[in-house]
Amino acid sequence: MSDLATEKNITGNNFPSPQAVKRETMMLNVGPSHPAMHGIVRMIVELDGETVQNADVEIGYLHRAFEKDSEQFGYLQVIPYTDRLNYVSPLINNIGYCMAVEKLFDLKAPERAQYIRVIMSELSRVSDHLTCIAASAMELGAFTVFLYMIKQREEIYQLVEEVTGARLTISYARVGGVKGDLPEGFEAKCHTVIKKTREVLRECDQLLTHNRIFVDRVKNVGIISQKDAISYSMTGPFLRSTGIDFDVRRATPYLVYDRFDFEIPVGSTGDCLDRYLVRMDEMEQSFRIVEQAYKQIPAGHVLVNEQGEVVKGEDLVDAAKMGETEGIVTKSATFDPTLAGYHKDNRAEVGTCNKRAAMPPKEETYSNIEGLMNHFKTVMVGHGTRPPAGEAYQAVEGANGELGFYVVSDGTGTPYRVRVRPPCFTIMAGLHKVVEGDSMADIIASFGSVNMIGGELDR
Amino acid sequence: MQELHLKLKEKFGEDVLGVHNQHGDETIVIKPAALIKIAQFLRDDSEYDMDFLMDLSAVDGLKLGWNPRFQVVYHFFSSKHTHRLRIKIPAADGGSVPSLTGLWAIANWFERECWDLLGVKFDGHPNLKRILLYEEFVGHPLRKDYPINKRQPLIGPGAPKKEAVK
Repeated sequence: MSDLATEKNITGNNFPSPQAVKRETMMLNVGPSHPAMHGIVRMIVELDGETVQNADVEIGYLHRAFEKDSEQFGYLQVIPYTDRLNYVSPLINNIGYCMAVEKLFDLKAPERAQYIRVIMSELSRVSDHLTCIAASAMELGAFTVFLYMIKQREEIYQLVEEVTGARLTISYARVGGVKGDLPEGFEAKCHTVIKKTREVLRECDQLLTHNRIFVDRVKNVGIISQKDAISYSMTGPFLRSTGIDFDVRRATPYLVYDRFDFEIPVGSTGDCLDRYLVRMDEMEQSFRIVEQAYKQIPAGHVLVNEQGEVVKGEDLVDAAKMGETEGIVTKSATFDPTLAGYHKDNRAEVGTCNKRAAMPPKEETYSNIEGLMNHFKTVMVGHGTRPPAGEAYQAVEGANGELGFYVVSDGTGTPYRVRVRPPCFTIMAGLHKVVEGDSMADIIASFGSVNMIGGELDR
Repeated sequence: MQELHLKLKEKFGEDVLGVHNQHGDETIVIKPAALIKIAQFLRDDSEYDMDFLMDLSAVDGLKLGWNPRFQVVYHFFSSKHTHRLRIKIPAADGGSVPSLTGLWAIANWFERECWDLLGVKFDGHPNLKRILLYEEFVGHPLRKDYPINKRQPLIGPGAPKKEAVK
């Protein structure tokens, strides 16, 4: 102590002056299993007092070998795996993968299928943003917002369930189209949910945007500069919060996104508040896209038989088993819920007719030998969906940014290589830049605004 | 602006191994030694202005009989001109290719992943270690000769000692 400069305090005791105190940093391990670490991510932070000096982000705790698994099976069997990448907006992954395979085929989905894909993608984007804002608000103490938003997300999931038969593991997209048409009365339900979600968003906006406590926690916290964001290839709301209006839907339009009038909300400072505001505005834009899509979507096929009779799918199968196939190809059929919406009358509207890419309608499969052969050719090992040899990269705008699929085909029924460009990965790579200089407690706010999804990050 | 790959071929003729434009993805295959030169040109030239390194991965060509065995694939994107370009470079098994960490910060993690899963080394990378898998993992799982059902030695407190495992 003798070599340290000292000063006397009022009581006369000697204390070292603040300048003379030896400063040491502290290493703190956050995660991998920590409630605020959204799944499992580990951060090792170097703290000076409460200020983060350095951070090292460690990922890989949810690695499930998606890319390796994709090389083992047929092209169509990869679709269920893609559900599990970003499991909060699985439809976008589904569609992105199928579009990459379609690109290999040089195939375009029918118009109606493209509109259906747009509608489902935008609903997914809303559910994703709802989850992100709800979870990050809850971590900052706003539990009411969490409950309101998650309840609303549930209604969107119910819409998704009605179309796809599942809430998360939807497997709805197919190479060349979608699994089935939208169910009857879906549009009206969709509008009801949109109206309700808008009300909830308005309410949450009042609860958060002008809430001093919330704004103080997120304003000027977790700032990333434009230059850093580009250098780390960040995309999506994270990039847009810095003021760059890059959106894959606008920059390199896919599906029918060039036909809609929508804005790309941007921020200015690149902090957590901007990211929150960008997400809130994006949901409104998604609603606008859905509403415009319903105005433009070409009409679907109404399933009416000449005689007005409708044969159930299972009856058709039974009849076919008994050999009563005469005249059966001219009949329409209804199917159990998992197959509903995909029959030969509307086949051309929701799926491709390319026999190398997609399965035939079930009427064909169960009633004539060509359809049966076609069916087996698409599912059998060694046959299957076989795009011509080549490579294709397809980018779509996921909820967190550019989601890219790079598929290499060697001409067989199994993908030679499937590479996913996950939007979370690039953000996590630059996360240490985001949290450095903030206080320890701000990590929660910054990390929440990443919307890290383990399934997509680690694959 | 179209046909970036052809323009690039004219400019860097002797470094270019091939070009193609499959499905509208403009692609150029170049020599590994020219990678940094061309990548920097793409980033700084106002006509290309490729400010994003969108993706980096590699393909193992073992079953396709490629020689050299790997191809490292880069996807560049320009936010100003909204165009994309793919660059591929061949990489030998056990060999290494230049690292782009000096030009894009994201190359750090992308290249770590590429090393981790495919075993392609990157020269000049500051911290080339595994990212998705753990340090004790043996092999590189995305290689075509890595069987999908291969087991890994146990690690952690309950694992048998190294000498015991032959």
